[in-house]
Amino acid sequence: MATAILIIAGIGMVAAVALAVADRYLSVKEDPRIGMVTAELPGANCGGCGFAGCDGYARALVAGTAPNGACAAGGDEVAKAVAKILGVEAAATERRVALVRCCGTRSEAIRVGDYNGICDCNVAAMTAGGDKGCTYGCLGYGACANVCPKGAISVHDGLAKVDKRLCIGCGKCVRACPKHIIELVPASATIHVLCANPDKGPSVRKVCGVGCMGCHLCEKNSGGKEAGHFTFQGFLAKVNYDNPPTDGAIVAKCPAKCMVEDSHFESGH
Amino acid sequence: MKTVKSQFKFKGGVHPDYNKELARDKAIERMPVPAELVVSMSQHLGAPAKCVVKAGDFVKRGQVIGEKNGFISVCVRAPADGKVTAVEKRLGPAGGKADAVILDTTAKEEGAGSGEQGTPILPPLDWKTATREELLKRVEEAGICGMGGAGFPSAVKLNPPPAKRCEYLILNGAECEPYLTADFRLMLERADRIRVGVEIMRKVLGGPAVRIAIEANKPEAIAAMEKAFADIEGNVEIVVLPVLYPQGSEKHQIFATVGRVVPEPPALPIDVGCVVENVGTVAAIADAVEKGEPLLERVTTVSGDAVAEPKNVLAPSGTKYADLVAFCGGEKEQPAKVISGGTMMGFAVSTLDISTTKTTSGLLLLSRKRVFQYESGPCINCGRCVRACPMNLNPAEISKAVESDDVKSAEDAHVMTCIECGACSFGCPAYRQITQLCRRAKASIRARIAAEKAKASAAAEKEKLKSQPVLPEGATRGSK
Repeated sequence: MATAILIIAGIGMVAAVALAVADRYLSVKEDPRIGMVTAELPGANCGGCGFAGCDGYARALVAGTAPNGACAAGGDEVAKAVAKILGVEAAATERRVALVRCCGTRSEAIRVGDYNGICDCNVAAMTAGGDKGCTYGCLGYGACANVCPKGAISVHDGLAKVDKRLCIGCGKCVRACPKHIIELVPASATIHVLCANPDKGPSVRKVCGVGCMGCHLCEKNSGGKEAGHFTFQGFLAKVNYDNPPTDGAIVAKCPAKCMVEDSHFESGH
Repeated sequence: MKTVKSQFKFKGGVHPDYNKELARDKAIERMPVPAELVVSMSQHLGAPAKCVVKAGDFVKRGQVIGEKNGFISVCVRAPADGKVTAVEKRLGPAGGKADAVILDTTAKEEGAGSGEQGTPILPPLDWKTATREELLKRVEEAGICGMGGAGFPSAVKLNPPPAKRCEYLILNGAECEPYLTADFRLMLERADRIRVGVEIMRKVLGGPAVRIAIEANKPEAIAAMEKAFADIEGNVEIVVLPVLYPQGSEKHQIFATVGRVVPEPPALPIDVGCVVENVGTVAAIADAVEKGEPLLERVTTVSGDAVAEPKNVLAPSGTKYADLVAFCGGEKEQPAKVISGGTMMGFAVSTLDISTTKTTSGLLLLSRKRVFQYESGPCINCGRCVRACPMNLNPAEISKAVESDDVKSAEDAHVMTCIECGACSFGCPAYRQITQLCRRAKASIRARIAAEKAKASAAAEKEKLKSQPVLPEGATRGSK
């Protein structure tokens, strides 16, 4: 009995000494700021900053290889807190949220076939470009909703919508969409053009009841070309988010009905 | 020359309803040039051709309208005289949009003579005296790509790297896809052209042995080829393959004829000393060399129970599906499904406003009776897909992994080897869309590999810049 106790105690002593020595000579010095920065970050591990999780971003911040303000989920507050720890300037950031640039619901946009395959936009897009007549529009099989870490995207009536209050702007949906119609826009912008079809008016009308025809009325009603609230790509109007329009009256004047004020955009839940 | 039975049977495979009797007795009919042609710049595997005409230009039949754009690419020539009305993005059969030249073939250029009919587009060559380089160049400038389906540029296939020797040239006349009879009719009616093509290819490839692979359900084609090749010299054999889908797959054909196994991608048939070409391609090569006729038209089977008169149509590439159907007497009834290609590997399309390409082997219009609507359920672990898979994969495992978004596991289960033949989905009692799941996994793996490559090349670029420090002019390293 006594021998056993002695042996165990002996092993314990040797191990304790070894551990103490290891702690003294083999310890890895880590910048304590990494832990502090990680604590400030939201911890969603969404990857929106381009690094592997919040810890990866914190390390890059401390190493000075990443710009402060890349964390879309944290926004200004986090950028300021990080700036305090690291003693750097906080770049002014604007909260950005995802926007699905399509408003062709099942009742408005023509479906040209019965798609009977796997419920995933990427697969549907590989099958004759999807079942929607408009080859640019939202297919509504929820590839974006499936990757959203916050459950901010829901699909209603064949159309994905983003809940602005829940969206953290990580951009995962932007990469998941096979039609490339999801965009990160400033959360403060209230007026959006929900169409991505740059074709001529008549061919848009053939496939969708609410497609942009490029009539330029929105531009005219918002102060003309000089005001610069809109840009045009083919026959498609795009809101210039560097200088977004604020007058809600132009929305009702859009003859194609593809322009919305914020309410639409928040109706996810 | 002798006819032998295939000594090797690959594992798996299925027996779909062939339904070939609809069009097998219909002789190839040439279709008049339709009023409008939509000629895609992306008719082949690899980089799309670069369009060199603009709206308003008049083009002559055979004129180059799209230039070869890269190593794996072929040129596109105008299938008919006409005026270019537009160059725009048009939907292709597989769903993607590509640049296309829209030709109005009714427009006549003022002052243009019409008496040139019958003059060859390219100077005809005598293959016996022409050099290998001349022949290769001709195949390239004639815009020939594999006509079996994938559309791999033939000039690339016929010019293997010097380290790799071609021992076997395999002619693919299996045509294992249901409904399709285009290759069958070609073997019956143009056997002499196929023979010339074989002799040209044999010369280009340095005299390999030739194996002509035909499924046993085409005895007339076997007889026609036996007759055409009766007095050919050298090692030529007709190999009669058992009727089994996917017998026409390149890899399975190599195994069935010469017993060699092509390793996993990126290995190619040439790595086991084989070159496989579709019989249509071989005939096109013969025409390009002997007659100076580039690849401007092809035989397409228009079939299915919703077509009034199923036919094998020789149509210019760029013919709209709607024109093809009209040539075949129109629709007998409203089709429930339209498939570009065969029923197993073809693409379902939602409109007839799509045009044929160099690889369109068939257009099928199926009625409500032939189209089965189903709902897929969970896997019941019966193992039928495992038995059916000709690539020795475990489709059940792969499909379940992809369903739960675990592409890594699918990759570990060798999903990249999948040839998307559809044998797994065909036999699944739970109606699972296994092939579609495999395609999804392959697409995302390919996207990931492309992204990694782009990242690596960007990093290499950066590294390169770093390793070349900018020194003041005249300064040398280490000088004070």
